[in-house]
Amino acid sequence: METKGIINIDGINVPIENEKNVLELIRKADIELPTFCYHSHLSTYGACRLCVSDIDGMGIQATCSVPPRDGMVVKTNTAEVRQIRKVNLELLLANHDVSCPSCSRSNNCKLQDLTRRLGVTKVRFKKTDKVEPIDNKSWSIVHDPNKCVLCGDCVRACKEIQSVGAIEFVNRGAKTTVAPAFLKSLADVECVYCGQCVAVCPVGALTPKPETEEVWKAINDPDKYVVAQLAPAVRVALGEGFGMEAGSATTGQIVAALKRLGFDQVYDTSFAADLTVLEEATEFIQRKLKGENLPQFTSCCPSWVKFAEQYYPELLPNLSSCKSPQQMFGSVARETLPKLLGIKPEQLVIVSIMPCTAKKFEAKREEFIHEGVAEVDHVLTTEGLGRMIHETGLQFRKLTPESFDLPLGFKTGAGVIFGNTGGVSEAVLRFAYEKITGEKLAANDFKMVRGMDGIRSAELEIGSIKLKLAVAHSLSNARILCEKIVAGESDYDLIEVMACPGGCIAGGGQPISFEPDFREKRAQSLYNVDKQLQLHKSQENPYVKELYQMILGEVGGHKAHELLHTHYHGRKRITEQLLTIRDTEHPKIEVCVCVGTNCFLKGSQELLKKLMQYVTENKLEDIVGFEGQEEMVDVKATFCFERCDRGPVLRVNQHVIEHASFEKAKKVLDQEIARIGALMNA
Amino acid sequence: MNTVNTQTNNKVRQFQQVLEIIEKHNYDKTRLITILQQVQHEYRYLPQEVLTYVATALNMPVAEVYGVATFYAHFSLEAKGKYVIKVCDGTACHVKGSSKLLDTLRGKLRLSEQKHTTDDMLFTIEAVSCLGACGLAPVMVINEKVYGEVNTKKCNAILEEILAGETAAAVDENSL
Ligand code: SF4
Ligand code: SF4
Ligand code: FES
Ligand code: FES
Repeated sequence: METKGIINIDGINVPIENEKNVLELIRKADIELPTFCYHSHLSTYGACRLCVSDIDGMGIQATCSVPPRDGMVVKTNTAEVRQIRKVNLELLLANHDVSCPSCSRSNNCKLQDLTRRLGVTKVRFKKTDKVEPIDNKSWSIVHDPNKCVLCGDCVRACKEIQSVGAIEFVNRGAKTTVAPAFLKSLADVECVYCGQCVAVCPVGALTPKPETEEVWKAINDPDKYVVAQLAPAVRVALGEGFGMEAGSATTGQIVAALKRLGFDQVYDTSFAADLTVLEEATEFIQRKLKGENLPQFTSCCPSWVKFAEQYYPELLPNLSSCKSPQQMFGSVARETLPKLLGIKPEQLVIVSIMPCTAKKFEAKREEFIHEGVAEVDHVLTTEGLGRMIHETGLQFRKLTPESFDLPLGFKTGAGVIFGNTGGVSEAVLRFAYEKITGEKLAANDFKMVRGMDGIRSAELEIGSIKLKLAVAHSLSNARILCEKIVAGESDYDLIEVMACPGGCIAGGGQPISFEPDFREKRAQSLYNVDKQLQLHKSQENPYVKELYQMILGEVGGHKAHELLHTHYHGRKRITEQLLTIRDTEHPKIEVCVCVGTNCFLKGSQELLKKLMQYVTENKLEDIVGFEGQEEMVDVKATFCFERCDRGPVLRVNQHVIEHASFEKAKKVLDQEIARIGALMNA
Repeated sequence: MNTVNTQTNNKVRQFQQVLEIIEKHNYDKTRLITILQQVQHEYRYLPQEVLTYVATALNMPVAEVYGVATFYAHFSLEAKGKYVIKVCDGTACHVKGSSKLLDTLRGKLRLSEQKHTTDDMLFTIEAVSCLGACGLAPVMVINEKVYGEVNTKKCNAILEEILAGETAAAVDENSL
């Protein structure tokens, strides 16, 4: 690599290559300078000031914010620098409630780790004693502001990685906190529950919502029959919570651990991923042949689905109608297992082990709950399962590997690589190739869709069909593609989206890793698992074939649709808010114009203006009835009727008008006035 | 026209103003602070729903707009009364009995440290730090107008005057 100069760090010369800042060079010199607010994939914030060093001619600097220059001389270890670091750490601690023994991040907390490393033994600054409420309302994430050290990592992750911006710094000075708009709960705002904020939080202020107690309860209930499904990405990450290398594959040990914890059967979500491949690829081929609803987006990632529902309602018809593997597994298990296992349907408890916080939310979506019975009862994250294993004292690393139960535990490698960015595309291609050409695929790997670039695209010819596909991870990258599609500037056929950078292997429910290349290691490990399996193409899974023969019928057929497909709907970003423009109490006619983003973009502001004008100009606000002055028409603005794909939307009393225009609205309004006039005259 | 109607029309006008302010600034995110200042000028505070509307119109996350609105001390997210009484609680005023002044005012208007605004939306009391008029301590400011050396008697007189003015105005309006 080309060298852009030399920098001297504690007496050692280090060549500058492409490092963005002095901190990266210090780390290259194998000095693990403490940092709180630095993540190489986020912008630099420079708030914690733990990375300070003495730079000749510049004085004490936060090295994360200083670009390297040839000839710099840096001292990372002077008495003054060490003192400053300690004081800064103490300041962070003063913000924190230090409830460490009961914190789920106790074994993996930067604050504890650095306090120990820097030898801070007492905190001289006054503790903030105000206890702030914990946000426990969403299904996915718990936010405890009392532990927050205000590093801002989560705020930047949400904005930069996901382009969501659900959380922000709020207030100033001593009252500063991190919170959603109006201090609402994460459950009531546009949060997509990806957990990337959790993954960067150095302390326990943002954690996955635990469901371990519910799971223990089911396991301990003798009437219940508890089965587990294990998502692909879990097997290459759980070991990290037990001191193993990033990316260690521990599938067999996890199965063994689940059995020891008391699960009755242990199955593999990858089985359902194989099913997803068949359904989704078939759907795709049909769309491609008809030229309909292209590009087709994948729909396995619940954060992406919620994101699309909130921001791109007009693209919802482009999402594959396939449920995610988690939910496909749930449906199939409910349908088949009671008979297979000889139990009553109400005895069956289905627990997923997922790398993902959003899967908890997904399991609770109303589409996946039928007559009060959820397809999946509980969702444990990888770290949650880790805590359960720790709780029992099981020596995870010493467990003898066991194998999954059949039939729902059998999978092909295609179903395993689903956990990687690019994995779903590759699995679909392995099927589509054979389906379209009728020939056997010689080499299974489609390496062009692999890798870690944020957006990757590939063009390929399968038989006589030309395909153009894209893989995006991080929703900010998905947004780039969506904008292109909405603007009519894209000709992709298939787009895979995963919200987490790297895919599920780096989901918000995985053990937290601050190792720079943990994503690559976990991803490689999944590809290795694929290699070691007997079969690599979903269409070869004998149990999937059997399931179609016995229960599902045809791929994409009626029964398959009933069990394996779903639908989406426009979704508001923030809970109930009504902009009362006049504030009347009982208007006879209420006109509510949606000013949610999608309707706004389709001109609802103009509509609102015209209606307000129409009402005031014609003095429709009030009429003099026989009881004196009465309030007649009130125009209000409201945020989102969740019909965003049909905007602008407005409502005149009970009449909802989609694709509204002023003329349409005026007509209905006039009718209402006439109707009420007639009523009053009668 | 009666009072109900004046009030509601006032509200319509306020919202129309918001639309105009946003338009005038070209839906430009970088003008957020100016936009919020002008919106606050209309409503005398920043109502939640209006903030959400501004965020939508500028195509930014609501949390970001809320973050900005809570960062600057001159923005208020609470509705304020027609008369905002700022009582200085800086050192000089404190020494000269500003807490007593606060107590008197709060007692008279039935407000407290938690409740800042009267139910009729006429008065809001705020304790602020040094208004920079320490020579006149204790100082209070009512809608830009500065009152110095306010003792209990003077304080009462000021309130009486405002209330008298309000009653007169109400009578006027009704007789129209
Ligand atoms: S879970 Fe994702 S969307 Fe929600 S606040 Fe965290 S980073 Fe943002
Ligand atoms: S919640 Fe965590 S990541 Fe966010 S500012 Fe607080 S300590 Fe930092
Ligand atoms: S890492 Fe440099 S200031 Fe926080
Ligand atoms: S923005 Fe959702 S219905 Fe208008």
